[in-house]
Amino acid sequence: MSNIFNSMIEWIDKRFPLTSNWKAHLSEYYAPKNFNFWYFFGSLALLVLVNQLITGIFLTMNYKPDASQAFASVEYIMRDVDYGWLIRYMHSTGASMFFVVVYLHMFRGMLYGSYRKPRELLWLVGMCIFFVLMSLAFTGYILPWGQMSYWGAQVIVSMFGAIPAIGETLQQWLLGDFTLSDAALNRFFAYHVVTLPLVLLVLVFVHILALHETGSNNPDGIEIKENKNPSTGIPVDGIPFHPYYTVKDIVGVVVFLIVFCGIIFFAPEMGGYFLEYNNFIPANTLQTPDHIAPVWYFTPYYSMLRAVTVNFLGIDAKLWGVILMAGSVVIFCFLPWLDRSPVKSVRYKGPYFKIALTLFVISFFVLGWLGTKSPTPLYTLLAQIFTVIYFAFFVLMPWYSKIDKTKPEPKRLQE
Amino acid sequence: MMADSFSINEKMSGRRKFLVAATSVAGGVAGAAIATPFLLSMMPSERAKAAGAPVEVDISKLEPGMLLMVEWRGRVVWVLNRTPEMLKTLEKVEDELADPNSEKNQQPEYAKNRTRSIKPEILVTEGVCTHLGCSPVFRKDIAPADLGPDWLGGFFCPCHGSKFDLAGRVYKHVPAPTNMVVPPHVYLSESRLLIGSESEGSV
Amino acid sequence: MKKITIVAILILCIAPFSVYAAESGMPLERAPVDIADNASLQRGAESFVNFCLTCHGASYMRYNRHRDIGYTNEEILEKMVHTGQKVGDLMLSAMRKKEGEEWFGVAPPDLSVIARSRGADWLYTYLKAFYRDDATGTGWNNLVFDRAAMPHVLYQLQGEQKLEVNGDQKSLILEKPGKMTPAEFDKFVGDLVNYMVYLGEPHANARKELGVKVILFLLGMLALSYFLKKEYWRDIH
Repeated sequence: MSNIFNSMIEWIDKRFPLTSNWKAHLSEYYAPKNFNFWYFFGSLALLVLVNQLITGIFLTMNYKPDASQAFASVEYIMRDVDYGWLIRYMHSTGASMFFVVVYLHMFRGMLYGSYRKPRELLWLVGMCIFFVLMSLAFTGYILPWGQMSYWGAQVIVSMFGAIPAIGETLQQWLLGDFTLSDAALNRFFAYHVVTLPLVLLVLVFVHILALHETGSNNPDGIEIKENKNPSTGIPVDGIPFHPYYTVKDIVGVVVFLIVFCGIIFFAPEMGGYFLEYNNFIPANTLQTPDHIAPVWYFTPYYSMLRAVTVNFLGIDAKLWGVILMAGSVVIFCFLPWLDRSPVKSVRYKGPYFKIALTLFVISFFVLGWLGTKSPTPLYTLLAQIFTVIYFAFFVLMPWYSKIDKTKPEPKRLQE
Repeated sequence: MMADSFSINEKMSGRRKFLVAATSVAGGVAGAAIATPFLLSMMPSERAKAAGAPVEVDISKLEPGMLLMVEWRGRVVWVLNRTPEMLKTLEKVEDELADPNSEKNQQPEYAKNRTRSIKPEILVTEGVCTHLGCSPVFRKDIAPADLGPDWLGGFFCPCHGSKFDLAGRVYKHVPAPTNMVVPPHVYLSESRLLIGSESEGSV
Repeated sequence: MKKITIVAILILCIAPFSVYAAESGMPLERAPVDIADNASLQRGAESFVNFCLTCHGASYMRYNRHRDIGYTNEEILEKMVHTGQKVGDLMLSAMRKKEGEEWFGVAPPDLSVIARSRGADWLYTYLKAFYRDDATGTGWNNLVFDRAAMPHVLYQLQGEQKLEVNGDQKSLILEKPGKMTPAEFDKFVGDLVNYMVYLGEPHANARKELGVKVILFLLGMLALSYFLKKEYWRDIH
């Protein structure tokens, strides 16, 4: 039996780089042996991606991207299609879980300096993936054509209209109409189902290829390739990804699935955060709901958008809000060059960085919470304060990362 | 010499083999379990089932010799009230038929008889030629010029010339291979015919 | 690093979950929802068809779905289908959207998923909060939804309430009793709201049953995969 298998593999290998790639990326790809909890989220992101693709395909079998039929088609899937409700909940829960996983994945990068040289390009490709993910979430959320779908999209698209000179034409070009309507719904469906997934798949492929070129970082932030066994050429602190991390990632996947299925089967709405209550009302172009809030994963940026209340430097507050909101995500791209610390990992950084990172995390959560609330004067003030803290983490980093008192990095990985 | 971080057991221990096998089997079960709802979701939905629901027909006004056309599951179904003369022709043409005793499975058990029906005079059949799906024409005229002197009435398909008798049985030497399909049906009363179901409870 | 995770989890726990609140800020009564109670759901279903379906549709729900709550097709036809429809048909309302707009100013909304958008507590409190108000077009107003276009469809059962204002305090007094006592009416509305919760998500019970099986299987897989991991990682440690 194994002889047949081996000769089959040989036949393929003469025509396709199967074994060589298996070795390079799995059985002889040497990863640091000290990966901890924070290192599960890359493979989990891949799992959630596969979930979204497969459940998405099955949803498109029954969904109708037409303003007069979209809402009804979603209820059709929920009620009349066998197990349609399960596929729908897998997709909506997956969308939120994608952001949970990706935020934790990015946070790992911030903890251990995974964006530092030579992984700057890896980080930038990751940021591109994040932009595409946000676009997927935005175009996807409009598809049920509920009240939140419609008005949330209306608010975001009108931001494009705020751009001076070209704004109005740009908005009409984006919408294919003078206002948000069936034309926009149909084309956003095309983006969500075809364009963006294709772009995402290419970027994920490039992301993993870039990772395998430099090798993975690790919680100690030291380069394992600098310490190779002289006779084998294998990093002394490296272990083959397969079988050690494949087997460990299976445990991670099962734990994740317990959480994922717990939500799908017992709390798919998640208190209105994963499936918003107002979105069970069909879109009414003539009546805005009392309380428009974006889905939870966009709330920190939404806070910053609303935080600017004064015009200055000749630019009005509304446009400043847009700039800050966009800037709050774009600024992540500069991390490889803002971080001037001699060490990569938080384990060896000094108190300034630890305080700064803690303040950043707090501001992210507080801004997120504020984004779900109506903007009272107190809440607006808080949003302004925490926006400053959020940006200070990045803007002041070249200074505090330089003067921070670091500890010496070890030569070998610590378990 | 710096020790390497791992030493792979060259031979997999029994314990390791067992755990790999057990986890693989569990994973296989999980895979099948996950695939099931996706595959089931592709079966006809409740909407399709409702649209394909049985159709009730009132035959109280169907005169002898008249043909009624009904739609069920997007297909044409004929209800023909055969006169005694029409019923007599069924025995006469049997030598020219390919499957006079309805051996092939084109009808429910209760229609596996000469008249291919529950009530002898009422024929319920799909109006679809079993060759390539055209809808045949009802030709109750006897010995017309185009069908020859032996034609005693039946259905003629204009697409490729297939011929069926007044019980929907296919003639020999025509392109169509089998008798016309009799759909499941049941009588709810003398005048009410339910097409598409054998149980009275599915109205 | 551990501290950050602890802080993060604490913040997540404190973060308030949205609580249903009426537009007027009026506190909502807890609706007695129990979607496992088929008897209650059946009573609610019949009430729904008798009182609500004429104006409101439930146009995403099929009649034959009610086999979930213990009916046979015959019972559904007998107790729920009053308009000559087939058992597989959708629960459409007799009223057309235009007619609704003409008669009430706004078309009565479809109720298929009203329990998912408004919430059971809101619906329960709303249906009990109608009071006589000659200043409105219908002669009725509602303490939970001010100037609601909907008249008090259930007034024969509840009776007529009137609004009493004592400074900040607003309360409803039963002026003319209806065919039901307040306790009976509460039960009636409770069944109706229970049904509407079911109507919003008919497969909710099936979802939870399947969930238990899935979680149990996954816990088994967790044990298996954990031992597998430990076995391989003995090589490393």
